Amino acid sequence: MKRPEPVIQVKRRRDLALSVIVNQVPYIEFLGVSFDRHGDQLTATMAFHDDLIGNPALPALHGGATAAFLEVTAIIGLAWTSLWGEIEGESLDIEAVQTGVLALPKTIDFTVDYLRPGLPRDAYARVRVNRSGRRYASVHVEAWQDNRDRLFAEASGHFLMPQRDG
Amino acid sequence: MKVEQLGEGRAVISMPYDTLLIGDPVTKVIHGGAVSALMDTAGGAAVVAHPLAGLGTATLDLRIDYMRPATPGQTITATAECYHVTRTVAFVRATACDADTDRPVATATGAFTVVKGRA
Repeated sequence: MKRPEPVIQVKRRRDLALSVIVNQVPYIEFLGVSFDRHGDQLTATMAFHDDLIGNPALPALHGGATAAFLEVTAIIGLAWTSLWGEIEGESLDIEAVQTGVLALPKTIDFTVDYLRPGLPRDAYARVRVNRSGRRYASVHVEAWQDNRDRLFAEASGHFLMPQRDG
Repeated sequence: MKVEQLGEGRAVISMPYDTLLIGDPVTKVIHGGAVSALMDTAGGAAVVAHPLAGLGTATLDLRIDYMRPATPGQTITATAECYHVTRTVAFVRATACDADTDRPVATATGAFTVVKGRA
């Protein structure tokens, strides 16, 4: 019987793939977004900083920052889900991701619902890929702050999948 | 971002190209999220600039359609227009263009809250 792969090796492979996918996008760092991985589940965090405030009187997170956070999360979540098979099969071409040859999905449309004001603290988001076809994908994102059950924004979008050879 | 024009329920806001905003490292095209943020800002500004709305607003929803990638290096300008205002909600349309103003990069529609008698 084949021995299971050592856990440290599994984690190293998955974390490397994730960091390579995320690090190719300058805008993610600009926004201050990072991704935590548990198995195949990703949670995005937008660390709070003063530049993200839209209404200084409240203060509340800017709607634009929230929209950008959700869209970044949707694209990375979708790319991650679609590449998961290759990551696990150890067939992911890391160099192709690093050099951007392996393109990310492109947004066709994106609709954000603002459910309550964003508070001046860290925000979290998770993605559900509702359909991922060869050309198009339909994705839902949920974002919350202090309580997972009290969403402050959610979004749905359609994406064009990168066309790959073969 | 810079406010170019403001008044009568209309706002024009520009966002110069910056390598920090890149979403695709190969084509150097700006991330859709940055365009979303610009659209939201312009939409909110158009509401605030409307004579019937108050000084504060919050986005209820915003839908963005991406027509084509923005040309790298060019400033993106969003024009938002508040086309209907009720006592509680303002409806906004917005268009974002780069230097080629005949072919929009993206369009958006949104609903914003109308707050009266509050700063």
